[in-house]
Amino acid sequence: MAGLEDLYREIILDHYRSPRNRGELPSPPAHRVEGFNPLCGDEIVVSLQVEDGVLSDIKIGGSGCSISQSSASLMSAAVKGKPVDEVRELIGTFKAMMSIHEATLPRDGDGGDDHEDPSLDAAPVDVGSLGELAALQGVVKFPVRIKCATLSWNTLAQGLDEVAPA
Amino acid sequence: MAGVTGTRVPPALDVATVRKEFALLSADRGGRPLAYLDSAASSQRPARVLDAMRSYEETTHANVHRGVYAVAEEATRRFEAARVATGRFIGAPVPDREVVFTKNATESLNLVAHTWGRRNLHAGDVVVLTEMEHHANVVPWLMLAEERGLELRWIPIDDHGFLVLDDLDRLVDGAGLVAVTAMSNVLGTLNPLAEIAEVAHAAGALVVADGAQSVPHLATDVTALGCDFIAFSAHKMLGPTGIGVLWGREALLADLPPFLGGGEMILDVRKDGFTPNDIPWRFEAGTPPIAEAIGLHAAIDYLGELGMDAVRAHEIDLTAYALDVLADRFGADITVYGPPAADERGGVISFTHRDIHPHDLSQVLDQHGVCIRAGHHCAKPLMRRLGVTATARASFGPYNDRTDVDRLADALDEAARFFA
Ligand SMILES: Cc1ncc(COP(=O)(O)O)c(C=O)c1O
Repeated sequence: MAGLEDLYREIILDHYRSPRNRGELPSPPAHRVEGFNPLCGDEIVVSLQVEDGVLSDIKIGGSGCSISQSSASLMSAAVKGKPVDEVRELIGTFKAMMSIHEATLPRDGDGGDDHEDPSLDAAPVDVGSLGELAALQGVVKFPVRIKCATLSWNTLAQGLDEVAPA
Repeated sequence: MAGVTGTRVPPALDVATVRKEFALLSADRGGRPLAYLDSAASSQRPARVLDAMRSYEETTHANVHRGVYAVAEEATRRFEAARVATGRFIGAPVPDREVVFTKNATESLNLVAHTWGRRNLHAGDVVVLTEMEHHANVVPWLMLAEERGLELRWIPIDDHGFLVLDDLDRLVDGAGLVAVTAMSNVLGTLNPLAEIAEVAHAAGALVVADGAQSVPHLATDVTALGCDFIAFSAHKMLGPTGIGVLWGREALLADLPPFLGGGEMILDVRKDGFTPNDIPWRFEAGTPPIAEAIGLHAAIDYLGELGMDAVRAHEIDLTAYALDVLADRFGADITVYGPPAADERGGVISFTHRDIHPHDLSQVLDQHGVCIRAGHHCAKPLMRRLGVTATARASFGPYNDRTDVDRLADALDEAARFFA
């Protein structure tokens, strides 16, 4: 069984206690988009400002658990000021990291609880390129929490599609 | 409370003996058993339920209502015996005709919306709900409202989680139906169904009760409750998943069109039409959950043996203890929702921690072998009314004891330490 330290890394708790880029941007001109986790009721509001192909500003509102809030905070710090293309790429990489486990999870009855974690390194995701975000990789050992971690990312992706169709 | 019998002192529940019947709760999970506090979502199943289902499968299985051979006849007999036992368990006046087997409480409520609702509710008609309904007793009415152009009205709750009934006369005026839960799966509130039914009936409205939480934990008498329909699920009352119940008054059911179409639900089929079967089979298209009905029967027999009054008394005791422990040990750090007194609520305690999200609480508790639920509990209108997006919820079954509550409190302490 994976331990709590796998899930709640120090960086995560830090971003949970002092979230970065918290709040909302005046909309307009910023774009505002809401995301819901139907499982647990978490709600997130992402305000984003895109100028000349660059995500020039982002703020995070809403409420949720430590994983969804810290993931949103880490995300905001990682994407702010980046070209939209790069942001999209990062979203892809992050979501790939979050889906590794689901794909390789042992089915009930063939391994069960004692199954060792599949090696994250074996997957075609460059976790190293994620910097601090890599702290969230432990979440994949807790499959129900994956949706918490990806909520803000999906919401941002939706917002980008709305303001800057690829 | 209407529907709860008598004041005589019930025989005490011997929890240690009860617990032995439940393999999952006796098993050693890393040096301790599981503290299972999520019976409101689904209860555990005693060995006798599983044995009854297995023995049925091994000795008696055949499709029901079809074969002429002895085994098929015996399967049919046992399936119908489960129906009668279920009817008797809730005091149904005509147990063999008024009990419809469905997939779960959700399907039972949808059945009412599709058959009674579609036949009787038209543009501008009114359905009255309460702010504490489970989505299963909200969404079918929202769907019908959208399809038919109905008006939905909501009975509000007060800050203790009780329905505010001062305005009930006005709310039900002109209504066709009142859909109300007998017990809230979040607040534990036990609603005064008989009182509501009286007002509703005087206004010409029917009452559909959601008994998913009440039937497993309180002695139920549908006549005393005064409702016209009641829905519940076997899996919350020590029975298996895959089978639910809709009880409806005989005269009402007899008047309703079928629900799904197929085998079992017809008397005759021609190229140009069909003749529906008699009740209750009219509402049971296709092969029903037979082994599950046998399992439900065994669960009902077991609950009868324990005594519903004893089950209720035990759960009041446990709830009172838990409310005390949470208040003593956590004070203002923990907010409990719902009625303050244990005898005014079922064995369901929803709470939030001042600093820790319910999802994180339940994650830490899981590490200590304590199973609670975190989320909106399929009651988002209620969550909005409470001003939260989620709560943590501990709920009890006849197999829980004070040790489980102590372990809950200890694990909450650990969570507070972890997130401090
Ligand atoms: C009050 C209430 N109504 C309805 C339901 C739905 O039960 P089921 O999922 O078995 O259909 C539940 C359980 O989740 C409940 O607590």
